[in-house]
Amino acid sequence: MRKRWFLSILTVGVIAAFVGSVVIGLDVARAQAPVRIGVIEPLSGPVAASGNYIRMGAEIARDWLNAKGGVLGRKVELVIEDNKSDPKEAASAAEKLIVRDKVPAIMGAWGSSMTLAAMPKLEEYGVPMVVETSSAASITKRGNPWIFRISPPSEMEAVGLEPYVDKLAIKKADFLAVNTDWGRGSIQAFGDLLKKKGLPVGAAEFMEQSATDMNAQITKIKTTGGDTLFLTTAVEQITLVLKQAQEQRLSRKIVTTGGSSSPTQLIKQAGAAAEGTYHIVFFMPWFPESMPDGKLAKAFVDEWAKRGNPFEGLTEGFRGHDGIVTIAEAVKVAGKDDPKAVRDALWRVNLTGVNGPIHFEKDGPAGKESGQSKPSIFIVQIRDGKVALPEFARK
Amino acid sequence: MDQLLQHLVNGLVLGGTYALLGIGLTLIFGLMNVVNFAHGEFYTLGAYATFAALTLADLNFFAALGLAIVCGLVVGAVTEFVLVRPLRRESIDTVMLVMIGVWIAMQNGELLVWGGVAKSIPHPFSTTPLTLGGVSLAPLRLFVLVAALGLIVGAHLLIHRTRLGRAMRATFQDADTAALMGVRIRRIYTATFAIGSGLAAAAGALLGPVFIAYPSMGDLASLKAFSVVILGGLGNIAGATVGGLVLGVAEELGAGYVSSGYRDAVGFVIIIAVLLLRPSGLFARAERVG
Repeated sequence: MRKRWFLSILTVGVIAAFVGSVVIGLDVARAQAPVRIGVIEPLSGPVAASGNYIRMGAEIARDWLNAKGGVLGRKVELVIEDNKSDPKEAASAAEKLIVRDKVPAIMGAWGSSMTLAAMPKLEEYGVPMVVETSSAASITKRGNPWIFRISPPSEMEAVGLEPYVDKLAIKKADFLAVNTDWGRGSIQAFGDLLKKKGLPVGAAEFMEQSATDMNAQITKIKTTGGDTLFLTTAVEQITLVLKQAQEQRLSRKIVTTGGSSSPTQLIKQAGAAAEGTYHIVFFMPWFPESMPDGKLAKAFVDEWAKRGNPFEGLTEGFRGHDGIVTIAEAVKVAGKDDPKAVRDALWRVNLTGVNGPIHFEKDGPAGKESGQSKPSIFIVQIRDGKVALPEFARK
Repeated sequence: MDQLLQHLVNGLVLGGTYALLGIGLTLIFGLMNVVNFAHGEFYTLGAYATFAALTLADLNFFAALGLAIVCGLVVGAVTEFVLVRPLRRESIDTVMLVMIGVWIAMQNGELLVWGGVAKSIPHPFSTTPLTLGGVSLAPLRLFVLVAALGLIVGAHLLIHRTRLGRAMRATFQDADTAALMGVRIRRIYTATFAIGSGLAAAAGALLGPVFIAYPSMGDLASLKAFSVVILGGLGNIAGATVGGLVLGVAEELGAGYVSSGYRDAVGFVIIIAVLLLRPSGLFARAERVG
């Protein structure tokens, strides 16, 4: 009888010791395990080009960080999910990254509608997200304290454009925007700017994200007698609009907003139809020395070329770099890769990315503020098949 | 007035390609009773085949279009032979599920081969538009409209004037009787599926250069094709032609005069109205074939 008792206790003891050592072992493994950063981008679907360029930029940031010894002495690893340019997929990608991969922070999700769809998941599980591209104002106004945006909302872009409105000699403007939170927000913001300047607005037209034929909208815009067209969508659709505008002989100054226009790709794919168009961009890879940190910008452009990445992707790619270094910096400041600690540390991040200084200020309803950085904004023009600073923006 | 004319011209060009998609599907869906969710993927296949022929094989533009159509015919025939033929006695739902599988497999295959970044397909036409009064039209679009109408007429003649067409009509009226009369009905099924797929590939090859090619481009095409088939009546080629043109013009006018944000909605409102008032399509015949 006694012997049996002894055996039972021994067995339990052995099991306990085993489990304990496994737990400790896991802990040790965890300390040496890489810092995993979640990334949600549109890698397929109508806006896939942009998402893939951001992935390439994020990979440069990861490799540069790891070359310098990683973060907290651990390697940085990216867990990349495809949101298929679809808001529903963005939400499930966020859930997968949080629940299955247990990432301490996410970068994403490119489009405003995709970001907005993922946001409730962040609040539900308490994981911060650095928003690298989305421009809709509502993202930082909804009172989601897990959102930190490094891209400019449309209002900020409009403020950035304000000094140029007179120089562009805008008399009356029309709008053509993708029918998403981004497009609708952009028409609102730039419309307000024009109203403030006392300028009339003609047509405000929309197109579905997957639409390829915009002739109806262009025909309508032709009749308003405006002289400027603000165009807000991704580069694929901009290409189509420019081609179709040329087919219909629409004579307008065209200004694209949102920074996803990739002028170099437009020159390649739209050819003569892109001539003379203006583009608001947040990175000028054609003249990196004019960026706030010229050395970093130059190094990024060189590394991009060295990897054989297409040059036209740089205007998106830098966002991936800046987003990842922001998260890595926050993990470093926090001293651990715990979601809540990283969130708190994001408020203390102060660094210079390819775009310029990144530092978050409070935005949105009191007590539940989101973070919003103040990025640099530039305007360029396509002239003689090349990207140039517009006459008026030159010093 | 100029604006209205321009809208009508735009609508006709767009409608011509909807018609092409619709005819391909009406053969497969209307006559064969196969709910072909993969129809849009044959459209995508046509666009990528053109792209490959032009950029990889350095072929002439028109030869590339021809090759794309052949590609659609062959892949269509293989799909029917391997996947649809063994299921001919199964219920329509089983076949539908298989076609959903084909749709997913083909779309992801395209993604794997070509990547998610859109491809611009080169073409030899001038980009300077032709203008007449206030209406302008790119030469490429004019070519697309003419080619689409040519293919539609070709399909019509094939079905109503050839031996193969007569055998097809006989098979879909009464397969057993046709078989007794010596029609090799299994071959007819394969041929019909191949022709329908070939027409979808032709639409993709024609529209690829007008727009851009990307793996999910077929989704919208499928949606429009089903709309056109419902509008025109199942299995009705003339109906699909008119249905396509009606849908194209309606969307165009809706976007132009109502709201561009509801462009696709306009098309579907018409379809709902047709289903309510004339449930078997705008041009339903007294008796349905099949």
